Amino acid sequence: MKKITQILSIALIAVGFASSAKAQDDKTLLGAGATFPYPLYSKMFSEYNAKTGIQVNYQSIGSGGGILQLTNKTVDFGASDGPMNADQTTKIGAPVLHIPIVSGAVVLTYNLPGDNNGIVLTPDVIADIFLGKITSWSDPRIVSKNKGVNIPALPILVAHRSDGSGTTAIFTSYLSKVSPDWNAKVGQGGAVNWPAGLGGKGNEGVSGLVKQTPGAIGYVELIYALQNKMDYAKVVNKKGKIILPSIASVTAAGNVKLPEDSKIFLTDTDAPDGYPIAGLTWQIIYKEQNYNGRSLDRAKKLLALLWWNIHEGQQYAAPLNYAPLSKEALKVAEKIVKSATYDGKPILK
Amino acid sequence: MEIDITANKKSYNKKIGMEVFFKKTLIIIALIMVVLVLGIMLTLIIESIPSMKSLGLKYLWGKTWDPVNNVYGAYPFLLGTLLTSFISLIISIPFSFAIAVYLGEYNSKGWLSNVLKNLVELIAAVPSVIYGFWGLLVLVPLVRAFEIKFNILPYGIGIFTSSIVLAIMIIPYAASMGRELIKMVPSNLKEGAYSLGATRYEVIKNVILPYTKTGLFAGVLLSLGRALGETMAVTMVIGNTTLIPTSIFAPGNTMASVIANEFTEADHTLYLSALIELGLFLFCVTVVINMIGKFLISRYTNK
Repeated sequence: MKKITQILSIALIAVGFASSAKAQDDKTLLGAGATFPYPLYSKMFSEYNAKTGIQVNYQSIGSGGGILQLTNKTVDFGASDGPMNADQTTKIGAPVLHIPIVSGAVVLTYNLPGDNNGIVLTPDVIADIFLGKITSWSDPRIVSKNKGVNIPALPILVAHRSDGSGTTAIFTSYLSKVSPDWNAKVGQGGAVNWPAGLGGKGNEGVSGLVKQTPGAIGYVELIYALQNKMDYAKVVNKKGKIILPSIASVTAAGNVKLPEDSKIFLTDTDAPDGYPIAGLTWQIIYKEQNYNGRSLDRAKKLLALLWWNIHEGQQYAAPLNYAPLSKEALKVAEKIVKSATYDGKPILK
Repeated sequence: MEIDITANKKSYNKKIGMEVFFKKTLIIIALIMVVLVLGIMLTLIIESIPSMKSLGLKYLWGKTWDPVNNVYGAYPFLLGTLLTSFISLIISIPFSFAIAVYLGEYNSKGWLSNVLKNLVELIAAVPSVIYGFWGLLVLVPLVRAFEIKFNILPYGIGIFTSSIVLAIMIIPYAASMGRELIKMVPSNLKEGAYSLGATRYEVIKNVILPYTKTGLFAGVLLSLGRALGETMAVTMVIGNTTLIPTSIFAPGNTMASVIANEFTEADHTLYLSALIELGLFLFCVTVVINMIGKFLISRYTNK
């Protein structure tokens, strides 16, 4: 019996150590969330560490998980590909700030035998393909926009994400905006009830399905398509222009008047040169930084990091195929970072 | 003289103390296991309450899974889980029994037997994600070619493909158990049959299989348990659609892969709760199937 108590007390001591180690090492900031910007964040944070000596420990566990960790106050900032929804806002119970960091795009990738990179798709065609209404590549609505392009008359196989994701949230937000039919039948979200097609896990699952099946079409992140040299479609935007997805056209999509809290899907942008299936990715913090016994020093360090992310940090975006913030977006982001407070007083001047 | 007695008594007491300590440790560890299982069950139930309240029993046979409108029905996934598990079981049984009989009876010693035995056990040791890759890159094109030949919609992935992948993964469970049991059939029974003029096939059919059938069935049950819960490999080749499968070549989804796919990004309470209820449901299905199996085993053993 004695031994058992001994073992138990050792275990208790160990647990005690673990929990006190969690508390505040003032050279390390903690973040968790979206997987999509992870390659960029790890580059940014390692540069930041080299410059300031402050370590940022970021876990890419998914947007939902990041928001949950922020709600549980186990991280300094969360990261998400979509603004927090009503349910999450109620749960967190305190005002939060969404700081836009970069934007990304979702592209339509397809597998059609022959040389036909960059076919043109209109919004209604995209929606009807994913609704299962257009089932063949020889559909006149596709052919009429692509005269002179060799499009084989194959049946269309739709590939979508099977896992919940920010990519899906951006894509379905776009479809809901351009197609009333989609909005009524399916709606927008990180995971939806797909009316047609097959699901693949992650970008690699979708691209695997597309690569294997002639006639398949799916959606993946622009970065993923660029890195894997996949064919992707040009899309007609709101102003009627045919836009090739690129870093420039994605940045341009964000060059519109943003709401003050930046909580918006950039899809179906009004910008004439903007690619319409694009979205921001955010880092999220509590507006009032004095919670859970946090020191003013820690709050200052966090805000300094965020300020750096939207300024100096932006230079690392383009080389990694992320679209840096547009001028309009940067103005809004600066205002948001400055509105963070400690004991009701602004932290950054 | 007296000193000796106390010394004896001391060592005797020490021995008894050790016995008591050992017994108590065993009880405590056993209790921890029970508490753990009950705890998991309880957590699942508590966390599924929001979904139970909102959807009630309709959850079990609802055919729509729509996180946007908060409508959740587990029926397509239940169907997918049961279909893949049982089809894979049917595919795997001939192989695992053949391996068991060959390694247990025909070739139970020697290097070839050892190599085969280790290879079969290796099948169980390969991480499931590797089976998923293999399925996606090798099996799917084959199945697609087959489907084109027989004029079935050539998805390549679907219930059938995942059943084949699962079948391969579960072969070693029934095979290893069967081999051990067949080895343990008393040789006087077999020799008796041989002396009456039975051929080897007749010995297997009339002596070995009847003698080991309970154990073989238990092995099959073990395989089934593995098939019901397998997640990763299935997710990669089943097609992940919430539509109800119309044939065994159609794409579908299983309960385990829905949970794995959607858990990380389940962003509202009811959604998360519906996924946890799916876990509870899977837990119950596994328990029920196991209980039916145990019942069948006990029935046939008593006869």
